[in-house]
Amino acid sequence: MSAVTLPGRAVPEPREPRPTHVAATTGSGAPAGWRGLVADWSSDQQAFKVSWGKAMMWIFLLSDTFVFSCFLTGYMTVRTGSAVPWPNASHVFALNIGGNEVPLILIAIMTFVLISSSGTMAMAVNCAYRRDRINAAALMIVTAGFGETFVGMQAFEWTKLILEGVRPWGNPMGAPQFGSSFFMITGFHGLHVTIGVIYLLTVAVRLLRGRYEKAGNYQIVEIAGLYWHFVDLVWVFIFALFYLW
Amino acid sequence: MQAQTPAPGQPQQHAQQHPIGLYLKVWGLLFVLSTLSYLVDYFHFHGLLRWGLIIVFMLLKAGLIVAVFMHMAWERLALACAILLPPLCLLVLVALMAIEADQKLLTNLTVFR
Repeated sequence: MSAVTLPGRAVPEPREPRPTHVAATTGSGAPAGWRGLVADWSSDQQAFKVSWGKAMMWIFLLSDTFVFSCFLTGYMTVRTGSAVPWPNASHVFALNIGGNEVPLILIAIMTFVLISSSGTMAMAVNCAYRRDRINAAALMIVTAGFGETFVGMQAFEWTKLILEGVRPWGNPMGAPQFGSSFFMITGFHGLHVTIGVIYLLTVAVRLLRGRYEKAGNYQIVEIAGLYWHFVDLVWVFIFALFYLW
Repeated sequence: MQAQTPAPGQPQQHAQQHPIGLYLKVWGLLFVLSTLSYLVDYFHFHGLLRWGLIIVFMLLKAGLIVAVFMHMAWERLALACAILLPPLCLLVLVALMAIEADQKLLTNLTVFR
């Protein structure tokens, strides 16, 4: 029998470090008062059988879902309640290409860019779990590049609308709430994309430096991916409800 | 100390590894769905057809991203319920605000004109 170790896969994934403090003993030995309250809530109880990082990212994304939903619901309210006609997004976001007005074309391209970035991110996660850190980092940098392209196109769109006179308090095309809804919703989404780009680049640099190879745990790539896919997910709703409505 | 019981049938809880081909298929589907929802606007569909198509494509895209790209399809039910059920409360908010918006429109039309 030869002691050949398989490359890559053979290295066992280390378990999440368990909390060092031991849970309070059951029965009469359990601490009372505040100490007991803390022990009961924080001891070795575990509802989610994933690492704390992943659980916390999901819970953060859940809270972010509520933030974006509040924006979109507010937008629905002012749009439905407005007696002045709402500007037609199909015309407002049209681009003049070769003398023809193509409706929503920039928004469509932005959508495809963001979906592509989600695709490369998913493949980066796959590479990371195969311990192929060079390709994982490269794919994450490509993802960040797509994200930056998206933000660039959004800056172009903002500039175009501001030059056309769209302001948070009014615009020449119709209901004044159009401007505040547009800047608030796309601005907050753009901020998320920008933060995501920084996050992805940070993780990519650490991948290249071998930080996760040393720790033997590549789950951070999946967690960063969760955040990135969420940004794409929010855009799906903004695209449908703000631009296509 | 309570022992951590491994999830039955899911030995790789900590490594969501799925074939790249699956990601590529979902990627393609998302492209197709986005093109379709763009075409809804391009061909000037109106009324219930427009609304139905936009909402259906939106939910299909969202479902694909959450289930496959974010791996929710392979997570345990406890996590999926904890994350996916609370947003349903938002339907109540949307319903309340829709009623409020109708009332506001009525006020705008009758008082401020």
